[in-house]
Amino acid sequence: MQVSRPIRNILLIELFVPILLLTLGIYHGLMQVIYRSGVIQRTSVAGLDYYQGLTLHGVINAIVLTTFFAVAFGHATMIFYTKREPNKTATLVSMLLMVIGTGLAAAAILAGKASVLYTFYPPLKAHPAFYIGTAMLIVGSWIPYFDWVRMYLSWKREHPQESTPVAVIGTLVNFTIWFVCTLAVAYEVLVMLVPWSLGWTQEINIMLARTLFWFFGHALVYFWLLPSYIMFYTMLPKLAGGKLYSGNAGRIAFFIFLILSIPIGVHHQFGDPSIGRGVKLTQSILTFGVAIPSFITAFTIAASLEYAARKRGATGLWSWIWKLPFFRKDVYLFGYLINGLILFIFGGLTGLVNASYSLNNVVHNTSFIPGHFHLTVGGPVFLAILGMSIYMLSQLTGKRIYAPVLNTIVPYLWTVGVLIFSAGLMYGGLIGEPRRTNMGLTYLNPSSEQFNPYWVVSSMLGLAGGGIMFTAGLLYFISFFGTCFRRRSAEPVIDLPVSETLHEERRVPLLDSFKPWLAIMGLIIFLTYAPAISDAINNTNRKAPPYKPTDPVPVVRQ
Amino acid sequence: MLDKFERNVIITALTVSALFIFSIFYALGAKRQDVSECLPYNKTYETARVEQIDAKTYQIYYVARMWNFEPAISYIPVGSEVDLFVTSLDVVHGFNVFDKNVNLMAVPGGVAKTTVKFTEPGVYKIVCHEFCGTGHQNMEAEIIVNYPRK
Repeated sequence: MQVSRPIRNILLIELFVPILLLTLGIYHGLMQVIYRSGVIQRTSVAGLDYYQGLTLHGVINAIVLTTFFAVAFGHATMIFYTKREPNKTATLVSMLLMVIGTGLAAAAILAGKASVLYTFYPPLKAHPAFYIGTAMLIVGSWIPYFDWVRMYLSWKREHPQESTPVAVIGTLVNFTIWFVCTLAVAYEVLVMLVPWSLGWTQEINIMLARTLFWFFGHALVYFWLLPSYIMFYTMLPKLAGGKLYSGNAGRIAFFIFLILSIPIGVHHQFGDPSIGRGVKLTQSILTFGVAIPSFITAFTIAASLEYAARKRGATGLWSWIWKLPFFRKDVYLFGYLINGLILFIFGGLTGLVNASYSLNNVVHNTSFIPGHFHLTVGGPVFLAILGMSIYMLSQLTGKRIYAPVLNTIVPYLWTVGVLIFSAGLMYGGLIGEPRRTNMGLTYLNPSSEQFNPYWVVSSMLGLAGGGIMFTAGLLYFISFFGTCFRRRSAEPVIDLPVSETLHEERRVPLLDSFKPWLAIMGLIIFLTYAPAISDAINNTNRKAPPYKPTDPVPVVRQ
Repeated sequence: MLDKFERNVIITALTVSALFIFSIFYALGAKRQDVSECLPYNKTYETARVEQIDAKTYQIYYVARMWNFEPAISYIPVGSEVDLFVTSLDVVHGFNVFDKNVNLMAVPGGVAKTTVKFTEPGVYKIVCHEFCGTGHQNMEAEIIVNYPRK
């Protein structure tokens, strides 16, 4: 369908800005594997410090890219399925807040004033511009949510008897999770960190800050993931040439995400003091609950793909797999999504390891963790974002894709890289290799007293995989920016692939209403987080003044 | 509402999750696998020291600060059960004992505690695994288990 020019331009900016920054994010990804493997035994290269690069890599790839994309893709699905346009002013204000906020945070990091990594754990202090910029990015991404609720309600009034499309449910569920979980981090940033980093308040409670961060920090991963899930349910079966096995399974999966995404963040804090074991155990169990929608998705999508392959004439128990359109340039989106799904099988299983109450002791904060989340964020999330970004770019500009062969092989090359990289990191993690450490300076520097030969092989695997991932990234950039500079050859549109469901489905009122699910969500969050926050406040004895990463003496007010 | 296969899929998903949850409780009971304890804080945790409780029981009080752990080296006899207490005086640090399934966070104002048994002699390296500033990669300590030699 056609979109008005202002909305089209805003969407294009929301796709272009993060991909442009991603060049910086991916460069620092490559630099890290080089530092960590001991090839470079220095603190900085080209004026950029290792920890500064780590901050850039995390913030750009995991927050900026994902948030911008979720907003742009949310606009596209809501426009396409409700046949309505978002409010122009609201969309413009949201885009400006996000771009300016990102600029502020990026400037602070590039100036070397905010090397606090993407978790910004106090009492390490960043420049206030970093916190304010991040807050603006988040607030900017809230605005479309309210606009979409308006669009949904008006659609609902016109179609009272119709089931809400799965994509609309997915988008609204996703931004509801996002809005609720970011309230905690907004409180942490605006009430605790900004006044403290400006020197207006002296000290803050570190455990409270960590607990609020993880209230947001784990739900954040579902905020990244759900756009991919929307694509798996609503597009992948169609791209494969078949139908979605069950639309209701999709609705159930999204609503389970809605109620269970947030009250599980404490599983990141198993090693933390001050929070009771009961809270940790409860949230660990709830984390297993949130694996259920992923199991349901795995089965439903596999069934849909098998149906598609059999429709194309495939037979046999397993050989149907080869009938799927793997290397076809015209359905390149299939390659991006199927590779993401394959990576997510391993990503989900390793995630269950991290979430396991006591098993987590083995892997917490070791390189197992980045090994795991490159299989999730670097797998289904990243590949879906790349594939859909270039797809939307091509449609919204009416330009054909530049170097379509490169674009088709990117997801396969990336997947090979990620599998080697993550295998190396996870193996390293099991033998104690720490994450977030410039190991080239010490543990992997043969001339250092701290040289540790255990981690040579694992970090070399990381280097090999990281190099392949970097190459895949480069090929993507050629294709993406090449497309930007082509001549327009068609009318600009938004046209998403739509999978029909295999069976005629009756409308199930419970799966077409947000109210009961929102009530359950609120209740579970309260029951799990009230004791966690109360523990963090009451069992923490001393507060902390701000510290600069370069200095063991606290920053005092002049 | 749901056809036979969809229902089976949901039942399978629930069963697999139930199996995982059962495993947690099994490990808690039979294997005594537990996470960091929640202890009330007081000033005594801010003094680094090794204390011997009896012939086979030790307590080590670790204090982390930019960029070292104290005590940097502790000597423990083979076969001892050791309580580890970890706190921090400045920023958040990590505390990972190589090969020992001990993985704690050192947070100002809180004290993380776990218990570990050393049955094999050796040098157990401890590294900081939470970014704590520019000297982070230098931060480590050792527990030497061979003392007195048998």
